[in-house]
Amino acid sequence: MREYPSNLALVVRQIRYQVTYFFRVPVALFFTLILPIVMLVLFNALFGDNTITIEGGEWPIRQFYTGGLAAYTAVSATYSNIGNMVPIRRDEGILKRWRSTPLPTWTYMSGLIGASVLIAFAGTILMLAMGYVFYDLSIEWAKMPAAFVTLLVGVASFAALGMALVSVIKTASSSAAVVNATILPLAFISDVFVATDQDSALATIANLFPLKPFVNAFQDCFNPFVDAPAFAPDKLAFVAAWGLVGGVIAVKRFTWEPSGAAPRRGRRARQAAVDASA
Amino acid sequence: MAAIEVRELHKNYGDNHAVNGVSFDVEAGEVYALLGPNGAGKSTVVEILEGHREATSGEVSVLGFDPSKAERDFRDRIGVVLQSSGVENEFTVREVIDLYASAYRSRRSMEEVLALTGLESKADERVGSLSGGQRRRVDLALGIVGSPDLLFLDEPTTGFDPSARRLSWDLIEEMCAGGTTVLLTTHYLDEAEHLADRVGVLGDGRMLAEDTPAALIEGISGTLVSFQLPETIETVDAVSTFREVMGPDIRVSGRLVEATVERSTQVVHRLTGWAVEHDVELMGLSVTRASLEDVYLQLTSGGASTDA
Repeated sequence: MREYPSNLALVVRQIRYQVTYFFRVPVALFFTLILPIVMLVLFNALFGDNTITIEGGEWPIRQFYTGGLAAYTAVSATYSNIGNMVPIRRDEGILKRWRSTPLPTWTYMSGLIGASVLIAFAGTILMLAMGYVFYDLSIEWAKMPAAFVTLLVGVASFAALGMALVSVIKTASSSAAVVNATILPLAFISDVFVATDQDSALATIANLFPLKPFVNAFQDCFNPFVDAPAFAPDKLAFVAAWGLVGGVIAVKRFTWEPSGAAPRRGRRARQAAVDASA
Repeated sequence: MAAIEVRELHKNYGDNHAVNGVSFDVEAGEVYALLGPNGAGKSTVVEILEGHREATSGEVSVLGFDPSKAERDFRDRIGVVLQSSGVENEFTVREVIDLYASAYRSRRSMEEVLALTGLESKADERVGSLSGGQRRRVDLALGIVGSPDLLFLDEPTTGFDPSARRLSWDLIEEMCAGGTTVLLTTHYLDEAEHLADRVGVLGDGRMLAEDTPAALIEGISGTLVSFQLPETIETVDAVSTFREVMGPDIRVSGRLVEATVERSTQVVHRLTGWAVEHDVELMGLSVTRASLEDVYLQLTSGGASTDA
């Protein structure tokens, strides 16, 4: 009997598959990569020459937006993308089909999460490059190691939170709603679109969730008033803790089966419930 | 050792006993068909054997494995064609075959899979652009790409046009010639009659009968007498009018009146006598040997499967 393909080959294959899949689904591509770029262009056109007073002094608003939107892109490539796409594939029975093959389940997960992380990095770098080329974003290389580590912790944590979300919420329509209902309001109070006063109640609320600490930690890597190396270990630890909790929930609760997606089974189950209550 | 051994299998969903003490064996190289109306427990049994569901109680052995453990070597040796499972619509047929093949130890070649499933001309089209029947063939292709020893086919030709059904039957027969064991569920009795070496009839979570299709048909030894209800008689009155002539086994579906009877000559004699006496013409009067369908309708107490 022949041997199985090596784990490395399987994981690489799965990542390639998931990246290809991502680029062939226009809606995922739009919301994950194109929308943040549109926002970057719009915000800079609207407020680009303004300055903003936050964290130690006045700094050009494009520095603020580029960092914030780049971090947001990383979150949409992981948390939102996983939360939107995985339940659809589960409802379609694609996850169940993979579960019938000898592919180890962890390699499937690695492909899914690995692809999200790659897309997140690519999207973030694209945003920063656009900021650098078009909007005079100043990049201090001494802070880039911190930016890299921050991004890594962030995408890993938000990927885990995305997996936790799809483990708890079973159907595609409700998970898409929950993804947007959680991430959009949070983004507004987490310095992504508008700067919040750090002493306000909204900031206090936002600081209970992982988005603002991640965004702020990443923005600091582009904040002229923060000295290199710009590491923010407390914020990163907080984000990582959220990610860890998400990871535990995902491991415990993840299901491969569609939930009542097959209409026949659903009808039968409902009929059974009716019979039982009669 | 049998390829599949099932002993006293039970599966409860709350108070609902979906599977209620089912036992059967499937020998290596055999094509075994599970028949039964919707809700009889077919899919539940198959999903337990595939490892997608856990049994409440009972013993199950598939290729010597306990399917509930879902071991990699087990999944390497089975092929599963699920009833309603999506394929990546944004990928081409060739891409998905190649992708799913990558998980298995031994694989059929791309050319072989495409030829067996008749998908050569669609190989470079995206799955999303295919018709329903073509998509079911992609399902089949993904089921056989790992050259399984045991293939599960859950209603493999539902929604096929007649020529596509013939093609899948040929494919299934071709694979069985290579020694693949097949467990098939189907609504189509001609499919079971055509393909299966043995048939198990499920109803209400129990095995009602199990034998070769020929022996099952032999077993009821009846003859089917049927005709169209004359226009002068209302459907509601059909049973009361003809029970005496046709016997207690009479069935009416739409305008069709039929009964499986032991002594068909006498029944036909009485029936034609009645018709002459009342001066009506019995349209479509026919006397035929019992088919698997009659066995099935008798066993599952009729009616329930007419929508299949």
